[in-house]
Amino acid sequence: MSEKMAPRDQGVPDHSNLLHPGMARNYGKWDYHERVRPGVLRYVAESGESLYMVRAGSPRTMSPETIEKICDIADRFCQGFLRFSMRTNVEFMVEEAEQVEPLIEAIKSELGFPIGGTGPSISNIAHTQGWLHCNLPGTDAAGAVKALMDDLIEEFENERFPNRVKIATSCCQINCGRHADIGIIVQHHHAPRINYDNMKICDLPKVVAICPVAAIRPKVVGGTPSVEIVQEKCMYCGACHGQCPSMEIRDAETDTLSIWVGGKGANTRGGPSLMKLAVWGLPNNPPRWPEVSDAVRKILDAYKEGGKDWERVGEWIERIGWQRFFEKTGFTFTKYHIEDGPNAMWTYNRSTQVRI
Amino acid sequence: MSKKKEGETGSDKTKLNTPLLDELESGPWPSFVTDLKNWSRKKPAVAQLLNQLEDSYETKWNYWTGTVLNVTGYGGGIIARLSEKAEEYPDLAEFHTIRVLPPAGFVYSTERLRNLSGICERHGAGILQLHGLTGDILALGFDNKGSRAASEDLMANGWDLGGSGAALRSLQCCVGQARCEMACFDTMKTTRFITNHYISFLHRPEFMYKFKIKISGCGNDCSNAMISSDMPIMGTWRGAMQIDQARVAEFIDEKGVEYLIDNVITRCPTRCISLKGNELVVDNDDCVRCMHCINVMHKALKPGKERGVTICLGAKRTLKIGDTMSSVIVPFMPLETEEDFEKLTDLIDQIWEFWNDNAMDHERIGEFIARVGLGAFIEGIGREPDPRMVSETRTSPFIKFEELAPGRLEGEQKQEPTVWQREPESSESSP
Repeated sequence: MSEKMAPRDQGVPDHSNLLHPGMARNYGKWDYHERVRPGVLRYVAESGESLYMVRAGSPRTMSPETIEKICDIADRFCQGFLRFSMRTNVEFMVEEAEQVEPLIEAIKSELGFPIGGTGPSISNIAHTQGWLHCNLPGTDAAGAVKALMDDLIEEFENERFPNRVKIATSCCQINCGRHADIGIIVQHHHAPRINYDNMKICDLPKVVAICPVAAIRPKVVGGTPSVEIVQEKCMYCGACHGQCPSMEIRDAETDTLSIWVGGKGANTRGGPSLMKLAVWGLPNNPPRWPEVSDAVRKILDAYKEGGKDWERVGEWIERIGWQRFFEKTGFTFTKYHIEDGPNAMWTYNRSTQVRI
Repeated sequence: MSKKKEGETGSDKTKLNTPLLDELESGPWPSFVTDLKNWSRKKPAVAQLLNQLEDSYETKWNYWTGTVLNVTGYGGGIIARLSEKAEEYPDLAEFHTIRVLPPAGFVYSTERLRNLSGICERHGAGILQLHGLTGDILALGFDNKGSRAASEDLMANGWDLGGSGAALRSLQCCVGQARCEMACFDTMKTTRFITNHYISFLHRPEFMYKFKIKISGCGNDCSNAMISSDMPIMGTWRGAMQIDQARVAEFIDEKGVEYLIDNVITRCPTRCISLKGNELVVDNDDCVRCMHCINVMHKALKPGKERGVTICLGAKRTLKIGDTMSSVIVPFMPLETEEDFEKLTDLIDQIWEFWNDNAMDHERIGEFIARVGLGAFIEGIGREPDPRMVSETRTSPFIKFEELAPGRLEGEQKQEPTVWQREPESSESSP
């Protein structure tokens, strides 16, 4: 083995050889950009040169055959270079305006990828691994995203919202999909079931220590060191499940999905914000999760109608208030919407400012 | 760990049979199911992958377990997956993901992308995900032997593995100066510099827990650094923003004064923009570099000329103490010269040392700061308090003033460092 060992610790490939020539020539010398049409941006350099970027929505999970088709298009139109965006879109760059339409034609006919995801549209959904390849998921990711984007494709291909909308899905409560304007998460509804036969594979002190609410206690079970769960304390977060697969938190019968709104990473205006609970108890319903699509659509419709220019989903809700949000979406406000985490008091209405 | 059953193919379960997944072939969005079904003609393992996924769709249950697999010299980079249904799907007995470090900013030549794809096809199922939420290239479907062979092949071809476990994770940055006029520093260069400088920490987990650095060229944060990385490095500038009044006039001609008032002036979080006739005036002392007005008027307005970064610490999602968000540690520093980059690595060194010396197992840096307090933390890393680190001063009056506590009343005395006493550098531990 040692004779065939390749060099270690090479790190990140040198990007200077991987830039489209238009990007390389004007690196650090861009003047402005404009949105030519949904999915197409024109970047103008100080030199006066233009670079057109065509953004195509990919399914993220791709076979070598699809990769080859992407490369083939980039060879024919883009001098052999391309880029991927943060939200798994493929970006093709050309220097001449006349190349844009034929490029779009090729992307649509050869790859079947839609063009869009720029400006105030819905970009591709950031998603996790799900049943396809994760060891912890309560639901699928790629399939749920496919179903949702089928429903929302027109909003990917058009720029019709007050501002951009980022959607993310997560298949367990660890929430790798992170904060977004609209986030979809799995919720568990009871404490983990302990598989006592298999506890020896886990590092027990770590299983005890990882519980945020100290609900896991060491206990000898059947003569073997193990743990027990204090049911009343457990908040069903599943932290222990990531630490120890024998702490089974998932439940095919009872797991549900919930939708959260108003997360944003950008520092613009009010700065970054976290997403908050909008609706809970949606069924985990493969293969197309219609109830989720339905709820997301309600939020988007209300936001599209009521949001002012440049307001992100969270900023729109902040302006109109949560009372109006529930009125406009038709969701029900329940006691479960009220925070009970460590900073709960700061989320109550601590004034008499009330819409009556 | 698990045994692969060569030759045992009698079961029909290995033949593609996916009625539920087939429902994901209709509709206008590109279907990964169609793509993988086609691909399964060449790679039978992919048919088994889809069949197992179909089982999950039917039972709402997951059939993957995780384990550990390493290539020689590395302590991470491979996310090992074993199927619990290996009896039915022998090719899934070992079906691992390899994380590969992508080029900074996700830029590729077709030559390199084909090279990557070819290697993954040669040694495994060849499925690529561009990119995972960790910022890695994800290559799916290798058994133990294939994982090692693919890794060697990748590294022989100029690729390297990404981070996993309690290590520095693969960095991620926006497209930056390569294609964006708003980028205030070279995000791609910084990503490559930090990764390669600390590459050993990325491949050999030795931290208390994971550490993610994400890099964005401006406050718009296209790399999602602020809410999803332990250390966001964000572009910003010092001094006046650049205003092209001729283009301001063009903007007003095109959009109207009302639009400018509603969407630029009144949306400024510090109300530092006003209109004098047809001229836009910015009170730069009050500007907080939020980028909103520049986003709206990106032809007329630009970041200032003296550029640099704001460095924050601490974001992660909700497990275990609830969400933490990043907060400012370094309000401004330039990041251009070699000395600047040296200052950056000095800072990272200090942060990692204090964190790893004092954090508990599985404690991310945001959780650590929440536990010890930002005041103690910055003292631990040798930085002076700066009002730009907080949104407001404290409301709780219960304070241990070290300077004012008389020793004879047993008030807490100033210690070095305050509370979390480190081992002296020279001490030899004796039994």
